[in-house]
Amino acid sequence: MATELQTELAPERAAPKPAQPERGSAPANKPARAGRGALAIAGEKLIEFVIRLCGISAIIFVFSIFFFVFREAAPLFFQKHEPPAQPEAVVERHADDHSPAAKKFALKEFLFSKEWYPTSQSNVRFGVLALIVGTLSVTALAMIIAVPFGLGAAVFVSEFCGGKIKETLKIVIELLAAIPSVVWGFIGLTVMNPIIQDLFHAPIGLNMLNGAILLALMSVPIMVSIGEDSLKAVPDSFREAGLALGATRWQLVYRVLLPAAKNGLLAAVLLGVGRAVGETMAVLMATGHAVNIPFVTADGSFNPLFIFEPVRTLTATIAAELGEASEGSQHYRVLFLIGVLLFSMTFIVNLTADLIIRGIKKR
Amino acid sequence: MSDPQKLAITTRALNLWYAKFQALIDVTVDIKHGIITSLIGPSGCGKTTLLRCFNRVNERYGYVTTTGEIKLHGKNIYDDDVSLVELRKSAGMVFQRPNPLPISVYENVVFGLRIHKEGGDLKRSVLDEAVEVALTEVGLWQDLKDRLDMRATNLQLEQQQKLCIARLLPLKPEIILMDEPCSALDVEGTRAIEELMFALKGRYTIVIVTHNMAQARRASDECIFMLLGELIEHSRTEELFLTPKNPKTADYIEGRYG
Repeated sequence: MATELQTELAPERAAPKPAQPERGSAPANKPARAGRGALAIAGEKLIEFVIRLCGISAIIFVFSIFFFVFREAAPLFFQKHEPPAQPEAVVERHADDHSPAAKKFALKEFLFSKEWYPTSQSNVRFGVLALIVGTLSVTALAMIIAVPFGLGAAVFVSEFCGGKIKETLKIVIELLAAIPSVVWGFIGLTVMNPIIQDLFHAPIGLNMLNGAILLALMSVPIMVSIGEDSLKAVPDSFREAGLALGATRWQLVYRVLLPAAKNGLLAAVLLGVGRAVGETMAVLMATGHAVNIPFVTADGSFNPLFIFEPVRTLTATIAAELGEASEGSQHYRVLFLIGVLLFSMTFIVNLTADLIIRGIKKR
Repeated sequence: MSDPQKLAITTRALNLWYAKFQALIDVTVDIKHGIITSLIGPSGCGKTTLLRCFNRVNERYGYVTTTGEIKLHGKNIYDDDVSLVELRKSAGMVFQRPNPLPISVYENVVFGLRIHKEGGDLKRSVLDEAVEVALTEVGLWQDLKDRLDMRATNLQLEQQQKLCIARLLPLKPEIILMDEPCSALDVEGTRAIEELMFALKGRYTIVIVTHNMAQARRASDECIFMLLGELIEHSRTEELFLTPKNPKTADYIEGRYG
């Protein structure tokens, strides 16, 4: 019955429309439909545009931040703070040289001198070598602590525990990431400081070790979550293959999972490095903030107890001094140049990571 | 050849539950040494589960309960003194999808040696020889001898599956368990694996799970038919296909369900 009705109705419906359009409604209908279509198309275009914008916004932000930071720093290289008559050699002046405060900025001195006296009345010197060494050494020590912990925790969460423990651990580890960095700094200042003094008989507890421990704790959560994700992404068939060959759990991790997940694990470590290099508040509060190259003693020999030396990082310097530097002054511009330097460092880290991962993929 | 009376795998009243679901019901079976035994049956009948009991690889899921007895060469594999590592060494497994490890061909073959042996047994010359012997046995040596450093996951599927068989051999297993080893392969690949099975038979007991009745018919000496967790019939392959004793078997091999 129903099919009969339909077949009978269908030609009837289809036929009259082209033949005799209904008064008013049919001609109105067609443009209306087209209008809705246009609106829908416009809407779609708009959404597409917005999504595209979201996609490229990252590029826009990166470039505009870089542009802004560089614009503030650039005049250092172009402005002449001294009479052109003075010889080039002034850049090599020593501490005892009592010349006017403002002098020509020299990139070489900036990068390779450890003299950081940005507010000196008599002889301003902007050497960030000690700060670079501070940043790199704190980060390196932090990674030495964090990588085994972070990757170990990732392996444990992903492979060795199940069900409730796993869920609880993941939540707690993510909570660790939620602690504000100033709170970490606070812990470094009031809790770790006396502990390090008592435990190691260090003269001060605010030192490289303190900062590195905090940075390690701060970068562990990101390593665990990215590392766990990449271990989870290893196909189960690899685990079965290993187990069926009689591998123990540890052999499975060591011989199968770690090689299979190495890209993701490397990414996890590098994200941790990025976190550590960029961290400001905690290191400002916990490292002692003294311009100091920790590996060298006063008499110029190697210092084996360098981890108990206070250091200062690039980030902490910017945070501590930018508020005090008058806008447009040489000090202000040098701080921005430190920003450029930090930017370049993280850029190089990320680029290397990218190239390494690509290289691994190709093989 | 092998002693036809010698039994490689025996089970008695084997029951297995995945949580509440009973996947194997009172399975009692004797699998003879040195021949190819195929396990057939429709999806979900428990044939893969049964196979995976033989090297206890089922146990990696925490919710599996097993009762009954499984003996490999007379030794109950659920005894306390059985080491999983040794068990899995003696009963190697080949999976449905070829799963070479994401390392080189060479390292795949010596993987078993590396995890089971130590010190002097891991000398480069020993490993080299093991690789050559194993790859020759599965017919890959001529193709791959110059490409041993190649990542195993970049091989063709057929070569991957052969490699998965080759990597069992250095451990000198007594039993090779195959879980639909040809289902990811084309006709040529399937034929190559079947030929390899014939070549290995005698020295190894081979148990193969297959969906493909034609394969069971042409490639196995004995055949086990399972349905809904129960063992329905176990006999010589020709007998099972030509004169099935159980009407359910007859219906299945005639394709009335499955």
